[in-house]
Amino acid sequence: MDTALYSKRRRRNVITMALAYGATGFGLSWLVLILAVLLWEGFSGLSLSVFTEMTPPPGSAGGLLNPIVGSLVMTIIAVLIGTPLGILAGTYMAEYGRYDKLTMVVRFINDILLSAPSIVVGLFVYEVMVAQMGHFSGWAGAVSLAVIVVPVVVRTTEDMLTLVPDTLREAAASIGLPRSLMIQRVAYRAARAGMITGVLLAVARISGETAPLLFTALNNQFWSLNLNAPVSSLPVVIFQFALSPYKDWQKLAWTGALIITMAVLALSIVARILTAQRKTS
Amino acid sequence: MSVAAITVPTVTHNLSKDEDLTEKISVKNLDFFYGDHRALKSINVPLYRGKVTAFIGPSGCGKSTLLRILNRMYDLYPNQRATGHVTLDSANILSPSQDLNLLRAKVGMVFQKPTPFPMTIFENIAFGIRLYERLSKSELEDRVRHALERAALWDEVKDKLGANGLSLSGGQQQRLCIARTVAVRPEVILFDEPCSALDPISTAKIEELIDELKDDYTIAIVTHNMQQAARVSDFTAFMYLGELVEFGETTRIFTTPNDRRTQDYITGRFG
Repeated sequence: MDTALYSKRRRRNVITMALAYGATGFGLSWLVLILAVLLWEGFSGLSLSVFTEMTPPPGSAGGLLNPIVGSLVMTIIAVLIGTPLGILAGTYMAEYGRYDKLTMVVRFINDILLSAPSIVVGLFVYEVMVAQMGHFSGWAGAVSLAVIVVPVVVRTTEDMLTLVPDTLREAAASIGLPRSLMIQRVAYRAARAGMITGVLLAVARISGETAPLLFTALNNQFWSLNLNAPVSSLPVVIFQFALSPYKDWQKLAWTGALIITMAVLALSIVARILTAQRKTS
Repeated sequence: MSVAAITVPTVTHNLSKDEDLTEKISVKNLDFFYGDHRALKSINVPLYRGKVTAFIGPSGCGKSTLLRILNRMYDLYPNQRATGHVTLDSANILSPSQDLNLLRAKVGMVFQKPTPFPMTIFENIAFGIRLYERLSKSELEDRVRHALERAALWDEVKDKLGANGLSLSGGQQQRLCIARTVAVRPEVILFDEPCSALDPISTAKIEELIDELKDDYTIAIVTHNMQQAARVSDFTAFMYLGELVEFGETTRIFTTPNDRRTQDYITGRFG
């Protein structure tokens, strides 16, 4: 045995490993730093009034109730619009049209949409809704978020249904099950956890989106559930308050950022748990 | 070299010469294409009512392909087509007007890998029954129980009908699939290598089951295991490179085959 060759390989292994650990540590330390600052600044401003009071004018006390509710309402509407569309399209691609040319075209376009800058989505909805209606509105905000939800759900639905083995489809067909029932009762059931995960990830994705809302829902300083008028949202308020020169506004921006981060974190954890269940079942 | 390298159990299926044989399924001049590739060449073979017909041959010879034509399973995929005639009780099932769901309810199939649906044991069986029949709760429960009894699974699962079908062992899952198939009351059951993923004890149980089922059903089985073909079947078809080389009573095929290739295959000289 050539011991020189072997020890050289060992040395190279140690160096490579050190570099890998170093790179990981470097990347992680920034992430930890960001989170630490966010937690520090966010928690110091967190109080009950954040959830019970409206956004204040500069210099007075207030909370984030209107942007929290506005974000929730627009997110829910976006999911209600985007999820059925996405699931139906994904179902077409994975089941009915798996071998069609149209599916390849749709998949290609969907991938572009998936990575499209969200500001483009905002501009698009601004053109087709806000400009036509003549004013910013909650509906336009919800629609622009829905446009972001659709490609995410399409992609995960297609992927998860494609993972359902063909043998299961054949087994369903072999007892005389029509395709529509096979999809509803067998394929969806087998792919359920993954599909729900997709929706959760879509929610996580849109809950931090600012650009599309700036063009559509804009912002509203007051309590309003009128979706035909501008609606406040957390990302836009964070954007506005963080850039302001007022200390208490900056404080609220940190708190808002913390709330979004925690919500996204919770969603990711639920998605993780669901995915893990799928693997073990 | 002696042809009878495979010993045929003496108890097996001695057909009396004057026994009436009626063709439940009849395959005439069947060709099958995967795209441009001709996978089956002018196949002619009968499936006799109440008999077990085994299809043997080396991998890729077309036996599974043939089986998947009998319930038009290939229709799930693009670029696959069959030409010729396959009649079930004298109706041509290759006709475009054939309703595939009704056909598959009549011609059931059990697959190589156990494929329970992701639902409870009870639902796995009840699901198929409900598709074509409207039954009361107690009637449905009777049917589920009967199907599980026919598949020799009832005693093992009667206390956990609410458990997920996937929680069963491989052999139990396969019997669950047989019960699921039987529950829809088909007339023909196709077995596509039903034991190749199972241990010997489960295999023996399934073979026993096939033997019991043939009283009520017409059965076709594809198998790589020649002893299995010899044990369970009344008739055997040997296929090679997309052609049906030889068809006949199992006892004869395994003792005095007419074709050189059949003889080579069953004596293990190739394949």
